Amino acid sequence: MLDLKHISKTFNPGTVNEKKALVDLSLHLDSGDFVTIVGSNGAGKSTLFNAIAGVFYVDSGSVELAGEDITFKPEYRRSREMGRLFQDPMKGTAPHMTIEENLSLAYLRTAKHQRAFFSRVTRQEREMFRYQLSLLDMGLEDRMKQPVGLLSGGQRQALTLLMATMVPPKLLLLDEHTAALDPATAQKVLSLTREIVAREGITCLMVTHNMHNALSLGNRTLMMAGGKIVLDIAGEEREGLTVEDLLSRFRAGTGRELDNDRILLSE
Amino acid sequence: MLLITQTALELGFLYALVAMALFLSYRILDIADLTTDGCFVLGAAVSVTVAAAGHPFLAIPAAMAAGACAGFVTAFLQTRLGVPSILAGIVTNTGLYTVNLMAMGWKSNSSLLGVDTIFTLLRDTGFAGEWHKLVLAAGVTILAGVLLLLFLGTRLGLSIRATGDNRDMVRASSINPTFTITVGLCVANALTALSGAMVGQYQRTVDINSGTGIVVIGLACLIIGETVLGRRTVVKGVIAVMVGSVIYRFIYAIVFYTKVVPVDCLKLLTAVIVALAIAAPTIKKWAAFQKRKLAAGRKGGV
Repeated sequence: MLDLKHISKTFNPGTVNEKKALVDLSLHLDSGDFVTIVGSNGAGKSTLFNAIAGVFYVDSGSVELAGEDITFKPEYRRSREMGRLFQDPMKGTAPHMTIEENLSLAYLRTAKHQRAFFSRVTRQEREMFRYQLSLLDMGLEDRMKQPVGLLSGGQRQALTLLMATMVPPKLLLLDEHTAALDPATAQKVLSLTREIVAREGITCLMVTHNMHNALSLGNRTLMMAGGKIVLDIAGEEREGLTVEDLLSRFRAGTGRELDNDRILLSE
Repeated sequence: MLLITQTALELGFLYALVAMALFLSYRILDIADLTTDGCFVLGAAVSVTVAAAGHPFLAIPAAMAAGACAGFVTAFLQTRLGVPSILAGIVTNTGLYTVNLMAMGWKSNSSLLGVDTIFTLLRDTGFAGEWHKLVLAAGVTILAGVLLLLFLGTRLGLSIRATGDNRDMVRASSINPTFTITVGLCVANALTALSGAMVGQYQRTVDINSGTGIVVIGLACLIIGETVLGRRTVVKGVIAVMVGSVIYRFIYAIVFYTKVVPVDCLKLLTAVIVALAIAAPTIKKWAAFQKRKLAAGRKGGV
């Protein structure tokens, strides 16, 4: 589904601030893969996501999505086939627009409507939004005419998740999307994520700093350090792996401790 | 008195289109579009020139198209060439001065004498009698408002609203901000030019300086309307600009006839009102902070 071939990215090349954020990184995802990514601060996790999403173009290498070379495709065009959630719940929704308008925007942007600038949301689709919102189990279906700015962070993040997946994307990028939420809400959004990704069979990449989630969610776990993937475990090898195992594997792989000041080792 | 009321209403509706344009550019897209002054004159100049040539109806869409072009230039400067948005408007505005002179046949003013305007044509049908000007002014403005509202509910309209509301979201949701800003500014300037076009035919004259300060007056109308009606929804916003514009024209008429302050002072007064209204949140915050400091000082905390 996703193919990264030898991608590299250096920020501020030739200056004292030079930072090799991605170094000759290759990654292949199969369709339906749910991959979790952990790593130290500055390991290149977010840079990897930005490279995939097209926030910047990579210095070398190529990016392919579902067989199509998207290395030089601009960000807004990649977004048609990619859903993205950020750590900041404020980033994914328009606060002064209503829940319904936000959903309309997410729905109308899909490929089918791409050329129809003047298309509008029908009553039938509105009913579909209501149904989809009710699945979130947050009572949002009765607040469709309210501006999103009135919602809590967790509600906004759940709404963003719905907007990103309502029309299943080819790839879903989750960048610590529960990190800014309180534990109970984070758990709720996480289980919604698991549910939706499983139901729609979405190929998904998730950055997390919760080591337990990294192992319990999805079918494959990557560890990054210094702009490279240093550990890639899946299948039987991953079954039964504990957080301690993961940490010692990291140590063995890189010769140093995993030093992420936000890392969570507990459940 | 009736005449004053009638004139104030007519002008209120005609100039409401400028406030509507600013509602789109300033409120929705969050861009201070300073093309407005020149664009207003452009609309009036094109309208008067085309009407003088005997096509009062054609004059209106022609003026709107010209306005849209001006908006496109401003949008092009800021989205493709990286000119800061306020500067982009000023640059276009300056260039428009020459374009406007050109549109008026290299004269600094131009009049419509002895030719039909859309207003005289409506009068000649006998429809609405004395009120024909008001009917036409209100009709065009309300129609423009309804169309704008319908437009804002479409995919493109929602994208434009999201662009002004949350740039982070826009980039991640397959909206091309370059495109939405361009369309938004084209529509806004077409509305401004429509206002100019209507006013030009209404007053049967256009002057190269008739647009000076229009952007501030438009903002004043927007703010007055929002103060009266609130700014929760887009529908309210569009109604608010009309209400605000009519109120502004009434204030203008009162000042004009009672001479409580010299009419020449009205622009300064408008500027002060707009500056205060936009500064209000900051002033409130500052006042609250001073109060807080004072309270702390009294307790002997400092």
